Amino acid sequence: MRYLIVVVALLGLPQLALASGGGNVHLDHVEIDLKNNESLRHGAKLFANYCLNCHSASMMRYSRIGHDLDMSDEEVELELLTAGGKIGDTMTVVMRPKEAARWFGTAPPDLSVLARVRGADWLYTYLRSFYRDDARPWGVNNALFKDVAMPHVLWELQGLQEAVTETTVDEEGHEHTHITGFKLVEPGKLPPDEYDAAITDLVNFLVYLGEPSKLQRLALGKWVLIFLVVFFVLTYLLKKEYWKDIH
Amino acid sequence: MSNRFSDRMLSLRDWVDARFPLMHLWEDHLTKYYAPKNLNFWYFFGSLALLVLVIQVLTGIFLTMNYKPTAETAFASVEYIMRDVNWGWLIRYLHSTGASFFFIVVYLHMFRGLLYGSYRGPRELLWLVGMGIFVVLMAEALMGYLLPWGQMSFWGAQVIISLFGAIPYVGEELALWIRGDYVVADATLNRFFAFHVIAAPLALIGLVAMHIVSLHSVGSNNPDGVEIKKKKGADGIPVDGIPFHPYFSVKDTFGVAGFLVIFAAVVFYAPEMGGYFLEKDNFTPANPLKTPEHIAPVWYFTPFYAILRAVPDKFIGVLAMGAAIVMLFLLPWLDRSPVKSIRYKGIVFKSALTIFIVSFLSLAYLGTVPATPIATWFSRLFAVLYFAFFLLMPIYSKLDKTKPVPERVTFK
Repeated sequence: MRYLIVVVALLGLPQLALASGGGNVHLDHVEIDLKNNESLRHGAKLFANYCLNCHSASMMRYSRIGHDLDMSDEEVELELLTAGGKIGDTMTVVMRPKEAARWFGTAPPDLSVLARVRGADWLYTYLRSFYRDDARPWGVNNALFKDVAMPHVLWELQGLQEAVTETTVDEEGHEHTHITGFKLVEPGKLPPDEYDAAITDLVNFLVYLGEPSKLQRLALGKWVLIFLVVFFVLTYLLKKEYWKDIH
Repeated sequence: MSNRFSDRMLSLRDWVDARFPLMHLWEDHLTKYYAPKNLNFWYFFGSLALLVLVIQVLTGIFLTMNYKPTAETAFASVEYIMRDVNWGWLIRYLHSTGASFFFIVVYLHMFRGLLYGSYRGPRELLWLVGMGIFVVLMAEALMGYLLPWGQMSFWGAQVIISLFGAIPYVGEELALWIRGDYVVADATLNRFFAFHVIAAPLALIGLVAMHIVSLHSVGSNNPDGVEIKKKKGADGIPVDGIPFHPYFSVKDTFGVAGFLVIFAAVVFYAPEMGGYFLEKDNFTPANPLKTPEHIAPVWYFTPFYAILRAVPDKFIGVLAMGAAIVMLFLLPWLDRSPVKSIRYKGIVFKSALTIFIVSFLSLAYLGTVPATPIATWFSRLFAVLYFAFFLLMPIYSKLDKTKPVPERVTFK
């Protein structure tokens, strides 16, 4: 035991020395709920209406979404398949990557597994961090993803906000400007709290999209673990029974 | 009825036995293979490594049925497995989690060897074959990691193959020959697939068979480092040996059950293991034009990667990394202690082993973080300690004050 404490204590050394570094970007936290079908369906609808024109989710089928989110084929066709196509199709877009790159500067990435790269908090913060910047081609910039090629597609919902900045002077006399918050200058269709709720639903859907079998995984895991723990106890008793003879 | 059935089964067995050494093999390796009765917790990891090998082979076969090894299709076919193939997500997570657990189990198995001097005579060859398995396993894991064709797959392979380029004169040609292209590309993916699904597994299974045959010939070491074959009863059976079957078959089944509880918990509840088993960036498709900010190999390579990065010169770094693995091969001849087991070794060896474990784990951690100056200096310190453990062993293992080894194994 004493030995273990020494090992653990020594292991702490390099971590301590390194813990100080690293510029952290502040992310707003979002609580997502993969069991909330209503939220997921709303997110799916927003996704189909606003994202799916440029971004594909080419590894996901419409039918799978319908199945997972309790939507009938008719509902899927009406709400998600707005641009036509078949229910068994994957969520592709018509825009060709080469042309997209010419128009936007870079081709919009496929969103099938994007949530697994970025995480929910990042997406939630990103989609709420567009602000007016007349120097950019689309008139907006993003506080989290500087000079992003994407326009503020959800502009009509959120409205337009301006960045509130703060300028500090460091020891060497250089000025640094940070964005500390946003001010809504042109209201959109949704009041701010409803916009945040809509983004929560959209992020919820993106997380679902990243790993559609997650709920199935968690549900099955419970039974597998219960079985294995019982099996573990039984094998322990069996081992004990056999080993009684050994002295 | 049942009597007649069992009679028939017995006659079937005899029929086979007359044509194939069935009973001979059964007895040699199970019912009349005598293992020391004092084998403890650390002796579970051999059978567990075999279990993980079986898991990897079986899940691998099913993955191969839907995986498509081309640069165009590889990434999407993995997601196809995750979404459209029935139980595909489970098969894939079993395989990806299995890869990390293979290394956990093998590292613990090797640590057992260090604790109890299992590499010492007459088990030198057993140790060397085991080290061969470790090297092939690293190649297998490296090539397998390229297959999902994510950013980390691509850039990890790019970095590791470019290491061969550091070899003077032939390096660049060699790297080109391995890749089959000037960068990691479709040709690389294709050949790595071939090596991953057939060449390396064949070599692994062959080496594992040799490892087991060799083990059953010399017999298991044990926590006391006492040779049980030196004390045999009138029947010619080691007095401290007990038949592998049923005693160790039930004990290892218990070990398997315990292992599976932990394994399943990861597969079902944390298959990404916070980005260590499945790196976040690997969910971005490989993009040869976009170098990620921070390229980190998977955790099981990080101790060696940290040693590589600790050296300023690339070629010497590659040599140091290779030497770090070669050191392990040399263990049987570096350890000059009169006793095998840590139980009877003195304070010097115990301290050296502690420093080694701390260095190894710290290097593993340092290999995952960006190479800041302070991280690099820590890597250098621990790399020096890593090598000191091996290179100074002939001296300190001799100087160490050992305790007397008992005649027979201790068993409470």
